[in-house]
Amino acid sequence: MKKSILFISCEEAHHICDKSQYGEASIWEKFKLNLRLSWCRISRAYTKKNRALTKAVNNSDVDCLKDNERNDLKTKFDSQLHNQN
Amino acid sequence: MPKHQIDPNKWINAYSDYLFNYTITRVNDREIAKDLVQDTFFAGLKSMKNFKGEASERTWLISILKRKIIDHYRKINSNKGKAEVRMSYSNNESEGDWLEERVADPFDKTAEDDIENTELGLAIHDCLSKLPEKQAKVFKLKTILGYETEAICNELDITASNLWVIIHRARVAMASCMEKTWF
Repeated sequence: MKKSILFISCEEAHHICDKSQYGEASIWEKFKLNLRLSWCRISRAYTKKNRALTKAVNNSDVDCLKDNERNDLKTKFDSQLHNQN
Repeated sequence: MPKHQIDPNKWINAYSDYLFNYTITRVNDREIAKDLVQDTFFAGLKSMKNFKGEASERTWLISILKRKIIDHYRKINSNKGKAEVRMSYSNNESEGDWLEERVADPFDKTAEDDIENTELGLAIHDCLSKLPEKQAKVFKLKTILGYETEAICNELDITASNLWVIIHRARVAMASCMEKTWF
């Protein structure tokens, strides 16, 4: 089937919506997403949930260890565990 | 038989992020938070025999961490007491305004906001712990640590389209989990 320039599938809409949560969707992609949102209930529901998740993460004080920090911690912990056994 | 078993081999992967997030919201310093989490794990190892299995491992580690955080504040407060410099607020320029200047800014974040944001952070970690390992890792790198797509692809040796598929699955699972526990 020929791919439309303007009309996108639900999967593509979800993909653009995901990218736009990280500011990585182009203006053209956002336009196509908005066009889809104007008539697709499923895409609208997905976008609503996705935005709520982004808002929750941004509003929270959530933080985590970087890979090198975790590896460092794991090395020290493993050595302590080894000494104890 | 105890309800929960102890297995220190999985502590770092399973609980380090949760404990770190718990700590950093209370001490506001990355290095101190890392040290306190490390001390907690070490203390946990030493007192493994005291684990009765009535609470989960995470709850037990959090109870150790809480004591470590209290000890940290006790320590810095006792240091402060030794080096206290008493300053007099009143001077000619600011005379009469002291009370007004000390009133809390109503537009500033309130204590309730802070508590809610901290709890929200822990709820996010709860949901993250339910994701498959790879999804959780990609979600953390991209959403929490804010890594560029290319950097994650290079680090995990995956393609960009693969990354977006993982992100999509993680976001669907996270949104559904957060809907049940938070929204």
